[in-house]
Amino acid sequence: MKNRSLVAINDLSRDEIFRVLDLAEEFEKNPIQRIMEGKVVATLFFEPSTRTRLSFESAVNKLGGRVIGFSEASTSSVSKGETLKDTILTVANYSDLIVMRHPVEGSARYASEVSPVPIVNAGDGANQHPTQTLLDLYSIRKTQGKLDNLKIVMVGDLKYGRTVHSLLMAMSQFNASFTFISPAELRMPLEYKMYLDELGLKYEEHTDLAENIKDADIVYMTRVQRERFSDPMEYEKVKNAYILKNYMLEGTKPNMRVLHPLPRVNEINTDVDESPKAYYFTQALNGVYTRMAIMALILGLKK
Amino acid sequence: MKDKKHLSVSAIENGTVIDHIPAQNLFKVITILGLDRIPNQITFGTNLESKLLGKKAIVKIADKYFERDEINRIALVAPHAKLNIIKNYEVTEKMLVEVPNDISGIVKCVNPKCITNVENVTPKFKVVDKNSVSLKCHYCEKITDQEHMEYL
Repeated sequence: MKNRSLVAINDLSRDEIFRVLDLAEEFEKNPIQRIMEGKVVATLFFEPSTRTRLSFESAVNKLGGRVIGFSEASTSSVSKGETLKDTILTVANYSDLIVMRHPVEGSARYASEVSPVPIVNAGDGANQHPTQTLLDLYSIRKTQGKLDNLKIVMVGDLKYGRTVHSLLMAMSQFNASFTFISPAELRMPLEYKMYLDELGLKYEEHTDLAENIKDADIVYMTRVQRERFSDPMEYEKVKNAYILKNYMLEGTKPNMRVLHPLPRVNEINTDVDESPKAYYFTQALNGVYTRMAIMALILGLKK
Repeated sequence: MKDKKHLSVSAIENGTVIDHIPAQNLFKVITILGLDRIPNQITFGTNLESKLLGKKAIVKIADKYFERDEINRIALVAPHAKLNIIKNYEVTEKMLVEVPNDISGIVKCVNPKCITNVENVTPKFKVVDKNSVSLKCHYCEKITDQEHMEYL
């Protein structure tokens, strides 16, 4: 991975994914290693994403590196009409690695083609967010002890949810089976189901939440957003149907864990937080270790 | 009786004849191959009867030969096109177009939020289905299908 950009999860081979996860584990055991001393990471957030930015910045700080950047486009020269290419070429002079979040889809791939320093995609519109996928994989492996042969239940907005799409692609390499639980309007797109069919992987589709999580190893929650519905009446009808509550966890498998990319609004009731099966805050912590691993490998500080 | 005047759309001495172009895509073929920007003598006919296509068009370009890659660029709009390479009034070679694996700078990405539609970036695609000609954007990874294809 040395000197390579990370734009999409499928830029990484299976072995490289394992290398990231193993190194993240090493950082979790021993998080303070000042191997990034003298390195500068630019975090260019053309749209705000506080959580992701802080996670990256925390990762750099733990490794002894320094961070420069901006947290929204209005405070940068973009607001003066600078092109992405010019911003990247300029910032590349000041940094060893660029972490970029951008609302335009494909912007990260393009940036990686014009940039002399590696780009880590921290989300390009609805397209890719590979470090999220890697931290999800890390969380799954950590809680289940393996990645193979797991039952993954995905809940909520499966139509537009970038994280669930990338996770599906990644987990399909590990013989996972899937249950998709969503309102009819936000079903998993056909292209992903066809992809699973091609691989011969099993999946089910349901609209009811409580009934269909009993045999899950992982329940991956996402938010059902009002603005995704063409008909506001439809939203009103389903908005409370995809809220996970503590009583629903009764009878689920002991190893089951609830994941969520955060921020949560109300789709996981706060009474779930006390459950040992709630894992979403630890999942966010895992993001720091995973990003430490990704940056250390790209900068060639670890092999 | 007076001789009928006839136009010189007859055979060319040297060059290329592109036949079996769907009539409605004639001007797209011309644009894609840049025929509107070259000094060569060009004649074309359109809305000609065709068993295969209904209405077809044909283009004759004098003193011009195409590279394989160049000619495959028209595969999206004229998948059944047939090229006759003419040398000294004789057809010396026939070529069929093939849908290429990659397409660059011909088609627009269907996704309005794609970088290629926001900044000055040349659209590039992988051809994911050669029969129905559907294209996956190299940048935003969205699919552009035949129905939604717009040409640059």
